Amino acid sequence: MYPENFRYTKEHEWVLADGDAGTVGITDHAQRELGDIVYVDLPKVGTRVDAGKSLGSVESVKAVSDIYSPVSGEITEINESLADAPEKLNTDPHGDAWLVKIRLSNVEEIQHLMSAADYQSYVGAEK
Amino acid sequence: MPAAPALRVTPLNSVHRALGARMVDFGGWDMPVQYSGIIDEHNAVRHAAGVFDVSHMGEIEIRGPEAANLTDYVTTNAVHKLKLGQAHYSGLLYEHGGFVDDILVHKVADDHYFLCVNASNQDKDFEHIVAQNHFDAVVENNGERYAQIAIQGPKARATLQKLVPVDLSGIKYYWFTDGEVSGTPARIAHTGYTGEDGFEIYVPPAYAERMWQRVCDAGAEFGIKPCGLGARNTLRLEAKMALYGHEIDASISPLEADLGWIVKLDKGEFVGRDALLKQKESGIRRKLIGFEMRARGIGRDGYEVFLDGAPAGWVTSGGPSPTLNKNIGLCYLPTEQSVPGTKIQVMIRNQPVDAVTVETPFYKRAK
Repeated sequence: MYPENFRYTKEHEWVLADGDAGTVGITDHAQRELGDIVYVDLPKVGTRVDAGKSLGSVESVKAVSDIYSPVSGEITEINESLADAPEKLNTDPHGDAWLVKIRLSNVEEIQHLMSAADYQSYVGAEK
Repeated sequence: MPAAPALRVTPLNSVHRALGARMVDFGGWDMPVQYSGIIDEHNAVRHAAGVFDVSHMGEIEIRGPEAANLTDYVTTNAVHKLKLGQAHYSGLLYEHGGFVDDILVHKVADDHYFLCVNASNQDKDFEHIVAQNHFDAVVENNGERYAQIAIQGPKARATLQKLVPVDLSGIKYYWFTDGEVSGTPARIAHTGYTGEDGFEIYVPPAYAERMWQRVCDAGAEFGIKPCGLGARNTLRLEAKMALYGHEIDASISPLEADLGWIVKLDKGEFVGRDALLKQKESGIRRKLIGFEMRARGIGRDGYEVFLDGAPAGWVTSGGPSPTLNKNIGLCYLPTEQSVPGTKIQVMIRNQPVDAVTVETPFYKRAK
């Protein structure tokens, strides 16, 4: 269910890091909790973000939820396709519906995040 | 720290849980917000049928020789004009003209009126009515005696018709009949809160589960779906139906809420009439109006509305409209600007986002 090579936050974001190149998204658990996602607000390319700080928001029919950046760094790319098809976050949150790519300023931060197994038991316990 | 009070449950609570509904605390009630998904449920109601547990709604009954006089005195609409078996939408007001609640009044008999009221307001409503009862009438707070199931959508009638001996086409919109559904005594009302055709049935709580199942079975061939409070909200917003705590509350009068049609100032004395007469004379300062977002973003409940760069009002309800595929909402604006075509900005996380006021309802079903 949760890819082994991702790292996870308690706020239900994931990050996949390859050196200092990170890809960030929200987890399947997050999309299920949110329900039908209808809008995604992402930062501009070049924006600096800090780990644990808001980097944007996703909105379901019912509510707005902040997305917290799992890592610090600079936004290098945003997933433009989500503007017209935010519902992709409900069907492929770990794949096609990634949110942003970040150039990590501190690759050590990854170590503080949960592994897939830890996240699985975290969301299992949360229920 | 005292423990949080236990949530109240409807007789269908275990049914919702078995269906895998997501449950939320709704004004102290443990209620389903969605089953298959809000958009899926919304579309089922617009195109086929949906079934809602609305047993949390309160019921207040007024009986006695002067039941009509008391009901007329505490509500804004003309109770004495109701015929037996007829219902209407109405307001319960404070002396100052603000809403205690918005309600449905059903005339069951010359000496018996049945009020359907909002769940979280029922005790307040009951006390308010009792305090005004200088009539030969008895007021009963009977929420626990009724479960309520709403069947809404173009296939609602065909669904319910399979379960009732009476011809439902004989019950006009906003009329009701006391009869049987699937052999169980029930009040069958041709009312709803979705902007779609449909019925609301009131049954004793002990029969609620059986009734729910029968309705689901009867509607299966039409694709009926269980629907939660999430879809109920998007449906009523498209139809521009007020929600207490959003469009209306103790600080808002029916004239401001664009509900002048439920106020019959010429019917004689009623609680709040003097305040409304004054408002009518001097004019209201703000009024409810619909809007559509013109730029990317969703204006939501409580967001500020700006006119020409200055704060001018607030969003009462807002969100995506699954039927129209637009982001819509309702807001209060100064009366002069509260007309369709006014350019406004909704403050979304400190950013002004363009929107424009529009005619409502946003959605009207084809008759």
